[in-house]
Amino acid sequence: MTPSPTLPQGGGRPLPAQGRGRLLAISGVTKRFGGFTALESVDLTVAPGERLGLIGPNGSGKSTLVNCIAGTLRHEAGTIAFKDRDIGRLPAFKRVHLGVARSFQIPRPFASMSVADNLRIPLLYGAGAPLTLNTQSATAEAMRILEQVGLAGKAHAMSGGLTQVDMRKLELARAIAAKPALLIADESMAGLSASEVDEILVLLLGMKEHGVAVIMIEHVMRAVMKFSERIAVLVAGRKIADGDPKAVVADRDVVKAYLGE
Amino acid sequence: MTNPRFAALAFAAAIAFIAATMLIPNDYYFSAAYTVLQFVILATAWNVLGGYAGYVNFGSAAFFAVGAYSSVFLYKAVHPPLIVSIAVGTVVAGLLGMAVGYLTLRLRGVFFAIATLALAVVLYTFVVNWDYVGGARGAYILQPKDLPFGLKRYIHVLYMAMVLMTAAALVIARTIETSAIGRGLAAIRDDELAAECAGVPTLRLKILAATVSGSLMGMAGTTFPYYLSYVEPSAAFNLSYAVNTIAMPLIGGMTMWAGPLVGAVLLGTVQQVVQVTVSSEWNLLIVGVLLVVFVTLAPNGIVGWVARLRRKR
Repeated sequence: MTPSPTLPQGGGRPLPAQGRGRLLAISGVTKRFGGFTALESVDLTVAPGERLGLIGPNGSGKSTLVNCIAGTLRHEAGTIAFKDRDIGRLPAFKRVHLGVARSFQIPRPFASMSVADNLRIPLLYGAGAPLTLNTQSATAEAMRILEQVGLAGKAHAMSGGLTQVDMRKLELARAIAAKPALLIADESMAGLSASEVDEILVLLLGMKEHGVAVIMIEHVMRAVMKFSERIAVLVAGRKIADGDPKAVVADRDVVKAYLGE
Repeated sequence: MTNPRFAALAFAAAIAFIAATMLIPNDYYFSAAYTVLQFVILATAWNVLGGYAGYVNFGSAAFFAVGAYSSVFLYKAVHPPLIVSIAVGTVVAGLLGMAVGYLTLRLRGVFFAIATLALAVVLYTFVVNWDYVGGARGAYILQPKDLPFGLKRYIHVLYMAMVLMTAAALVIARTIETSAIGRGLAAIRDDELAAECAGVPTLRLKILAATVSGSLMGMAGTTFPYYLSYVEPSAAFNLSYAVNTIAMPLIGGMTMWAGPLVGAVLLGTVQQVVQVTVSSEWNLLIVGVLLVVFVTLAPNGIVGWVARLRRKR
């Protein structure tokens, strides 16, 4: 049974983005690790250029959902449609070519390469027109992105020696360099100072100008509230709320999940 | 330097090498040079998968032997010209390399290394029990009498073939290294998951690298039966091939095409000299000592060490 990606099932709550024409439409996605159900029939949609905040307590399945969308994990049931195409069985690199890019929660730089060379990989292999190696246009594009994230001064530093903060910025820069239509930022702000959070926030808010939709997974609530046009909440593998940020954080179930009775 | 220019230069150097050595009257130098060049090819080939992509192959001897034994098989079957033996052995070893490439789908790190070592053992057992190619007794191959290009001895023919094959191997390795494929392989070596999520078709690139690596190692083995006139499984599958082909890129430097060349020339020459002046028993000891020295003092090999010195200036 494959439900049409345009008609998400279940959940009971109305899906606010409905009718806006979807970039990403997830329906009924389930993922188990042995006997543990990490995701249980999750529905989620993202419209082109939309800014979605995805929150939930630790272990609620946020990163698992990211992995299922990006293709680094395979879900057991449900469909994941991107640009009206079922991508659930595609390997991760093909999803990147279609326009899904992600950053990693724990930074995974190409440690033997310089910061600028790290960006050359997605510039060469990502969704954009492949930029030939070492040409001026590739270098200029890499520098432009590094400037955006505030890493231009470290373009020639070895990426393995960066600080945690800079590695997070590099993660984002590498995802942006893949020229995505959907960018998934997995806890890019954890451990950053207030001013650094603002820097990243400005950067992510600016993605809209390029028509890039962003899913932001974050614990820094100040950032989530500032950023999100819509918030979805995962608790224990189920989506318990999805809608206007102010309404969602006031929702009784959400408060209960975070603070208890 | 662009790759076509490098190729032209490499083959010009090869021809110059061949011409120059024709002036040397002593045949020993040819067979010594043959052995060193054979290791240059093996080390260069190993490095395409081991150095560029980071998949350590302990089964070099298997690929080398597949090249050697495909020559033996062809010799028994049809007595083909040398060039045909070289071509067929290269293709067969390449197919084996492709199979190993699919192994990388599930096996990484130590597990991949052990699997390749096991592959060598399995193939060894297979050849030992295959009577047509001589089984455990080994097989004799008579060097052809009629020689091309007015050459005087068959070792000259083999030496010439080896020089040209070495140039080809270096050109292929450098072309891969400097292309988009090389960048992709380097990303795989650093972090395979991050590479895949940056859009790198990791499996496709690994299979390509394994195929090229395997075929070049096999190519180095195709002339081996002609060189010795006699092959037996324990010679073709000798573990020293596996050890040397890993040690040479490690000593020379694994991230650049010049590394295996430098390492193989250095280690191969030292081994040849010691073999003549002291004893061949010392060969593995030399490898061991050099490995310890380089891994502690120059972990990026000679080429990496030189590059760092240049940057410091």
